[in-house]
Amino acid sequence: MNEREPVTKPSVSQIGATAPSGATEATSASSTNPALLLENVSCWYGAFRAVREVSLAIPRNKVTALIGPSGCGKSTLLRSINRMNDLVPGFRMEGEIAFEGTSVHSRATDVIDLRRRVGMVFQKPNPFPKSIFENVAFGLRLLGETAGIDALVEESLRAAALWDEVKDKLDQPGLSLSGGQQQRLCIARAIAIRPEVILMDEPCSALDPKSTLQIEELMRKLIRDYTIVIVTHNMQQAARASDYTVFLTMGDDRAGYVVEQGETGKIFTAPQQQLTADYVSGRFG
Amino acid sequence: MSTQTTTRRKVANALFGLLAFFAIFASLVTLVALLIDVVARGGSSVDLQFFTSAPSRIPAKAGILPALVGTLWVTTLVAIMTFPIGVAAAIYLEEYAGRGRWSRLLRINISNLAGVPSIVYGIFGLALFVRLLGLGRTVFAAALTLSLLILPVVIISSMEAIRAVPPSQREAAYALGATRWQMVRRALLPAAAPGILTGIVLAVGRAVGETAPLILIGAVTFVTFVPVNPFEDKYTVLPIQIFNWAGRPQAAFQEISAAAILVLLVLMFLLNLVAIILRARLSRTIQW
Amino acid sequence: MAGVSTAHRPDSAATTRRGEALIEFLLRASAAIGIITTVGIVTVLLVEAIFFFGEVSPVDFFTGTRWSASILPYAFGVIPLITSTLMIAFIALVLAVPLGVLAAVWMSEFASQRVRSIIKPVLEILAGIPTIVYGFFAITVITPLLKATILPDLGTFSALSAGIVVGILVLPLVASLTEDALRAVPRGLREGSYALGATRWETVRRVLLPAALSGIAAAVILAMSRAVGETMAVVLAAGTNPQLTLNPTESVQTMTAFIVQISLGDTPAESIQFKALFAVGATLFAITFTLNLISAWLVARYRNVYE
Repeated sequence: MNEREPVTKPSVSQIGATAPSGATEATSASSTNPALLLENVSCWYGAFRAVREVSLAIPRNKVTALIGPSGCGKSTLLRSINRMNDLVPGFRMEGEIAFEGTSVHSRATDVIDLRRRVGMVFQKPNPFPKSIFENVAFGLRLLGETAGIDALVEESLRAAALWDEVKDKLDQPGLSLSGGQQQRLCIARAIAIRPEVILMDEPCSALDPKSTLQIEELMRKLIRDYTIVIVTHNMQQAARASDYTVFLTMGDDRAGYVVEQGETGKIFTAPQQQLTADYVSGRFG
Repeated sequence: MSTQTTTRRKVANALFGLLAFFAIFASLVTLVALLIDVVARGGSSVDLQFFTSAPSRIPAKAGILPALVGTLWVTTLVAIMTFPIGVAAAIYLEEYAGRGRWSRLLRINISNLAGVPSIVYGIFGLALFVRLLGLGRTVFAAALTLSLLILPVVIISSMEAIRAVPPSQREAAYALGATRWQMVRRALLPAAAPGILTGIVLAVGRAVGETAPLILIGAVTFVTFVPVNPFEDKYTVLPIQIFNWAGRPQAAFQEISAAAILVLLVLMFLLNLVAIILRARLSRTIQW
Repeated sequence: MAGVSTAHRPDSAATTRRGEALIEFLLRASAAIGIITTVGIVTVLLVEAIFFFGEVSPVDFFTGTRWSASILPYAFGVIPLITSTLMIAFIALVLAVPLGVLAAVWMSEFASQRVRSIIKPVLEILAGIPTIVYGFFAITVITPLLKATILPDLGTFSALSAGIVVGILVLPLVASLTEDALRAVPRGLREGSYALGATRWETVRRVLLPAALSGIAAAVILAMSRAVGETMAVVLAAGTNPQLTLNPTESVQTMTAFIVQISLGDTPAESIQFKALFAVGATLFAITFTLNLISAWLVARYRNVYE
């Protein structure tokens, strides 16, 4: 059974108490038992450093948005959490990413199991060329969990707010759905295996505004059971849908670094850093 | 620029267009001429008796039964053997091998093998399968030899089919916690299946028409019985039967040779049709 | 909520990894069959050729101008076989290269999409016809046609007839490879030429063909390799007379035809003829392999220029 720590809602004063640099922000947020803790994470593609010494804490059962101009390493950071960057030749990471207290790179961590516990939804919906049912069942079949699979698939589709639209056509190809539906199918597919964290890499950038809002609503519902980290280009989306925001930007060495992080409301209305203020007011990016 | 020069240039342009069109037209005419000749010469000889008789010294009584059965035997065995090995090799080269020197060598090697004349495969099959391994002049040795012949083609076309599957599909599977083999078996292969199967059917179609390698490894040219045991019996195949009859001076033999060619072409056409249908049906659900 | 077990499962991870290693091993073994085949072919040809050269000196073989393997006195000078092979290949290329390049240029630069969709399948069908059928076509149509029109004294077997039919056979190959080479030429080059007021023919002649030259050369060499290795069409059309001649109206014997001749007969395995089969096979392999390498190198060169 999936066990959850009782969620202690962080008080405003705890996260709001800011210090000038982004690094000490992480420590104050961690007092609420974060799901993920990044410490001094740097990422390289070959000789090129894409991310420089990022430290942040991802609070449990909240939506955390990573925002910033394009090219500043947000996706790289996200993909390092579930070690999808392992698939990129020449990729290297320094620093530590701790998931539930254990480093994702430690010997005790099985990367296959890590990816089951930390799910991912991609920018462009990528359902398999299989039926809707088989798409959602894919992860369950990987684990050999075929008993009661029908009920599990239905549950996931309900949780992804897609069940009513597809319940009569589960054997239709997943690719026959609209863009927004396909993305919700991918979300259902990801949550079918009961991850603890869901990583979303610009999940709405390929979708129309209506579908985008649907998915944002879905995110608000999902945090009851999951922790969500979302990379987004869309500032309004971050302001609308997230609880906690991390603002990254590109330094002169073209590596991304954290400028400021904090409660979403504060970041957008009362940022501490000038750079943050410039970005959220649209002066650059 | 004077109008004279411009006219000259325009005329040259038109002439060239005409010449190029003629080249295409000539190809078309040749194909049609070939088909007409075969049909005209051999069409009347294709009847039930043709399909059910054995070759004979009398053209009117001769038939292609042993040759047809031999072709079916060899083709089936070749399909069964090349499918797993060809696809496995393609999976390895596309998904498991790196981009280093060793894997580049493997890839170049496969391309080279695709360009080796088929008769050389026959020589190799003779030395390895018939003599060294003592398999003798059997259907089994023929199938092994032809499998080696079309294996590079199967591998290359399977690799292309696998490469056509977008990386996002692989990522989706990995992100759900699949191991590499799970990703290959459950996400990649089902998506690449149309291309892979089409490639195999087309390659097998090529093997059906091969003559030279089979002469080398001992397909006999005058066989009156039907092979039953692929590990023991002597055999012949359609192309060799065609060759045997075509080489005889009498016009009547030319006719039945043409008839046998018709059967062979129809067989190959059917295989191509199967390939096209397979691709169309299987790729209906796959629209990237 | 009914859920999936979240317990860490290190044991299953280990078995999965062992299973994965076995599967990778099997896959690698399949890919290795390629290397094994190449090594095998080279070994077999080399070893048997060496046996042959134990009885016939390599100098006699490679420089001798008389080939008589079945009729005494035996002679094993391979030059007649090579010249016959090359003569037929040359005739084939004379037919296939101009027509093939023209066809490719037409399909790539002139033809509409609709026409192209008719012509491409036609060429593919031509390419897919078994070579034995081409051999048949040579003796039933080409040779009589030649006899009836321009060469009334033509014999049943001739290098010319074989060359023509092999030319038809490799034409689709030349056309499709040339089309690839033309397609690799960037559009900007064409547009620059047209913008200067050049006609289509001028653009082709002055800009495209020179730019695609490496690719076209590769196509020609590959077609030559194919023609050199061709067997059944030449066996039926050119005959088995291993004479040293440059007269295309004569009957000749190619390397491939000799190999077939020996296999058709009941030649004992230890005879000199049987060993000669391997020596000729090795020579054939060496020639086609070299041609293929040159062709591949040319293709790599033009790919590098444009990518």
